[in-house]
Amino acid sequence: MTPGHFIDRLQTGLWRENPGLVQLLGLCPLLAVTTTFVNGLGLGVATLVVLTCSNVLVSATRRWILAEIRVPIYVLIIASLVTCTELIIKAWFPALDRSLGIFIPLIVTNCAIVARAELFASRNGIAPSFFDGLGMGAGFALLLMAIGFFRELVGKGSLFADFHMLFGGKTLAGLVVVDGGWLLAVLPPGAFFSLALAVALKNYLDGKRDAAGRT
Amino acid sequence: MPGITIRGITLATIAAICATLVAATNHLTAARIAANEQAWLEKSLEPALGGLDYDGSITAAKLVLEPPHDLPGDDAVIIYRVYSGGAPAAALFAVTAKGGYAGPIRVLVGIGAAGTITGVRILEHRETPGLGDGIEASRSDWVHQFDSRSLGDPPVAGWHLQVDGGEFDQLTGASVTPRAVIKAIRETLLYFDAHREKILTMPATAEAL
Repeated sequence: MTPGHFIDRLQTGLWRENPGLVQLLGLCPLLAVTTTFVNGLGLGVATLVVLTCSNVLVSATRRWILAEIRVPIYVLIIASLVTCTELIIKAWFPALDRSLGIFIPLIVTNCAIVARAELFASRNGIAPSFFDGLGMGAGFALLLMAIGFFRELVGKGSLFADFHMLFGGKTLAGLVVVDGGWLLAVLPPGAFFSLALAVALKNYLDGKRDAAGRT
Repeated sequence: MPGITIRGITLATIAAICATLVAATNHLTAARIAANEQAWLEKSLEPALGGLDYDGSITAAKLVLEPPHDLPGDDAVIIYRVYSGGAPAAALFAVTAKGGYAGPIRVLVGIGAAGTITGVRILEHRETPGLGDGIEASRSDWVHQFDSRSLGDPPVAGWHLQVDGGEFDQLTGASVTPRAVIKAIRETLLYFDAHREKILTMPATAEAL
């Protein structure tokens, strides 16, 4: 594989087949935790790590795994990785763990991960699988961060609140843009509206680019 | 089916590797996680002491009251007794307030040895963001109106919301949530008043009052 292929894999994950925007996978954590930017960043990075590691492991073992037992093995690998990630977050980022709560263990059920194991990693070499995991994970994480950013700004009128949960140090209030905000954005309906806006924006940009390509 | 053995062995091997990985991570993180939990507990209890000086740790002399008891809620109540210079200084009651808008609310009521409130904090709730969550100290000053108040200030009849004829403010747009919290505080104060000596002096191993 040439570097061009790797860049192509990354672009696929980040934009063309973004797990959240195009494949619409893993929507449960996406909608549930994106009330702030920091929550989105935390869960996004955790998912990115698990997805990349699971892709590499599935790809590395693909020659020994017989087709009939591949799904239980993917589940085993993913569940172990998620449990390790959860323990590490609990040990080193306890505040983030409090904030994300049940959604860290629930990364196991993020169908974006098992989908990449089945559709890509089980059929490709270790290096492409690594870049696929990285691209898909980063695409998912960036979407979580973008929606978290938007919902926090609109719903709470703040930006980057609770950064100390990730980086330690004293409590940072974040930027307070306006006092209070439009509450609906941080409630569940706001999550659906935000995701819909993001999908619409992507389709709009793609449509515009296609139109420009034709003329 | 031929080949079932090889499949079984593959699955078992991978399961064993995964289990080892998880066990190793658990071993490396267990002590840190336990320390974090303890630190978090102390940190979440401390604000209800209102800056009171205390000896050692808040959780050292805790008392667990299994239901049935006369305190609010149907769950076990934890009472953290806090000492200052060896003498009882305060007791923190972790009680469950019922009647909230969305399930039980865990309230921490700190009462000084003399019966005045050192602080009230909400430990856990699922009230509506932006309305009922004003009971959280980080969202509004609502809980601070109880600081330094006691059963004589105001008298029991005044320990209600203003809309219910009492002396305490409600929250804008929410009266169900504060009503549940204030009821739990009132009942805890009455309980403390009736059992003060026992609560403050009972050894931590005692079973019930």
